[in-house]
Amino acid sequence: MTDRAELARLDDLLRPLERTTWRFYALVAGLAVVVLLGAVAWVSQMVIGFGTTGIAPPIMWAFYITNFVFWIGISHAGTLISAILRLVNAGWRKPVTRCAEVITVFALMIGAMFPLIHLGRPWLFFWLVPYPNRRLIWPNFRSPLVWDFFAIGTYLAGSVLFLLLPMIPDLATIRDRTTGVRRRIYGALALGWRGTAEQWARLETAMQIMAVAIIPVAVSVHTIVSFDFAMAPVPTWHSTIFGPYFVAGAIFSGIAALIVVMAALRRSLRLEAYLQPLHFDHLGRLLLLMSLLWAYFVFAERLTTWYGNDSAEIAVLMQTQRGGFAPLFWTMIVCNLVVPVALLAPRRLRTIRGCVIASCSVCIGMWLERFLIIVPALGHKYLPYRWGTYRPRAVEITITVATFAAMTLLYTLFAKLVPVISLWEWHGGERLARSPQPTAMPEKQLTDMRQ
Amino acid sequence: MPHRWGMVVDLDRCTGCEACVTACHAENNIPTVGDRQAARGRAMHWIRVERYFEGVFPDVRVKFRPVLCQQCDAAPCEPVCPTYASHHTEEGLNAQVYNRCIGTRYCANACPYSVRFFNFFNPAWETPLHLQLNPDVSVREGGVMEKCTFCVQRITAAEIQAKAERRELKDGAIAPACVQSCPAKAMVFGDLNDPESEASRLARSPRGSKLLGDLGTQPKVTYLERQSPV
Repeated sequence: MTDRAELARLDDLLRPLERTTWRFYALVAGLAVVVLLGAVAWVSQMVIGFGTTGIAPPIMWAFYITNFVFWIGISHAGTLISAILRLVNAGWRKPVTRCAEVITVFALMIGAMFPLIHLGRPWLFFWLVPYPNRRLIWPNFRSPLVWDFFAIGTYLAGSVLFLLLPMIPDLATIRDRTTGVRRRIYGALALGWRGTAEQWARLETAMQIMAVAIIPVAVSVHTIVSFDFAMAPVPTWHSTIFGPYFVAGAIFSGIAALIVVMAALRRSLRLEAYLQPLHFDHLGRLLLLMSLLWAYFVFAERLTTWYGNDSAEIAVLMQTQRGGFAPLFWTMIVCNLVVPVALLAPRRLRTIRGCVIASCSVCIGMWLERFLIIVPALGHKYLPYRWGTYRPRAVEITITVATFAAMTLLYTLFAKLVPVISLWEWHGGERLARSPQPTAMPEKQLTDMRQ
Repeated sequence: MPHRWGMVVDLDRCTGCEACVTACHAENNIPTVGDRQAARGRAMHWIRVERYFEGVFPDVRVKFRPVLCQQCDAAPCEPVCPTYASHHTEEGLNAQVYNRCIGTRYCANACPYSVRFFNFFNPAWETPLHLQLNPDVSVREGGVMEKCTFCVQRITAAEIQAKAERRELKDGAIAPACVQSCPAKAMVFGDLNDPESEASRLARSPRGSKLLGDLGTQPKVTYLERQSPV
């Protein structure tokens, strides 16, 4: 690879940061309006009262908790997948990792909002936090909601580090190419990166440690989210399968979200040369595998419930198989199993387009899955006298739509400020010219090259 | 030995008149939510009379079952509350600290009896109804959970009175509003730690059963199952 081609590639990847079209402003403005509408909806819910939502006894959790589980699930796209790919040293991961890690951070931030949005008195949310106080009142450490707080907090801190660490050399590259205020800002963010052998060695060690540490954290997060349900004696919730079932579902929806985001970036930032059909093919295979695993869990869970023949559990099961929730249930099966298998199993159909269609379908299906775990069970608890159903209202729908806009908005802004494809990882041992110091290259690889 | 408050409900005696529901509303400052909210299932009745119909018309048999908080010894609502708003008192009551509640509604999901209620809006009483609020019971704001307390204000008042007069509490001295107002005397309240109390005696009846007892919640309300043919 020549230096000239190398430079062209650098220019190519940094182009979105340097050139801004009217389309960018229009997109940001449009998304900001939707996010603002969501904020207005939340404020109105606080001012008027929680009763503006569609939630009514006996169904006390509905859209908000569905969104919570969904977004925390999506967050498994990044850190977990990129950590695993890093550890097994899959070479094709390089253009994919940062795309994925960004999803994790933003999806976690959005997901973590929902436990607050769904509170009756959200202004007192800090009572979930164990902070020193004169009355010596602690949160209840037996409550899965408190476990959630710690799990999500740890995962968010870990995945922010996991995203920021490998960004440092790239921020230094940008610093070296810019002037004025930008140079100062990127300079501060680059934390004095000079690309010395010692710095590269430290970065490498830190990334290894993070990649190993983040995997158990990611698995524990969605296990604990599933414990929110599994620890309550609600028919069909109180199940030992929920931990692994939720983790599998989270990785499943995470890969789907990653494919959708990659395809959107590929088209809007013209990254065709970097996000290649090969990457979609590999991720498509992974998605197919997770689809089959997910279906296996659903089958095992439902068959066990059916044979168990507990009257309360059968009431819930039948609601989803044949009752009022059956249309949603069968839509979920089509979205999560039929479409992915039909599009991803035959090699001929596993194109970028096929992967994207399957992924959109999986995102819809996994949202429905979370909804179908939560609502029918709460609507059919033990005493038939207190059975009920649920219909969302405008506030809930607005806030739900606003979170999807928020995700897109955050991603758009991020892609404007930092290259979504890691410059130094992509280049690997190849030489990055223009900057006087070997800013963006591991010293070890440099010596390898010389030999 | 601390008291252990419990209740016995004789389903043979219950006529389904709902006097207990009305009395409970009056005693505990429970807001009425209006017809539209009630139609959406948001009515708050700390005690309700469940009606179940058996048989085919015209041979129909109606079963009434007053359902209130069962004051479980192993209450599913308690461990799930992140702020200890729902907790166990020394006398075995499932207390709800309204001021500590942040409204996760987790307890309501966990409760198999669905006897925990959420204030979807700030409560309001039309004049002059606000003048009849019970000064011994706090009014709950929007966003918090509430539930049957076994009329803890009456229990505490009687205990303080007995202590001041340096005497033991007599069995039957305390009656929650539902027990007091039941015209058929279907409900009996008393100390389950006192084997001689009427509640203890009735709870040992072979007719006695716990609602959803197989869930292992160890309720302190015992139902005497129906035996009369009509």
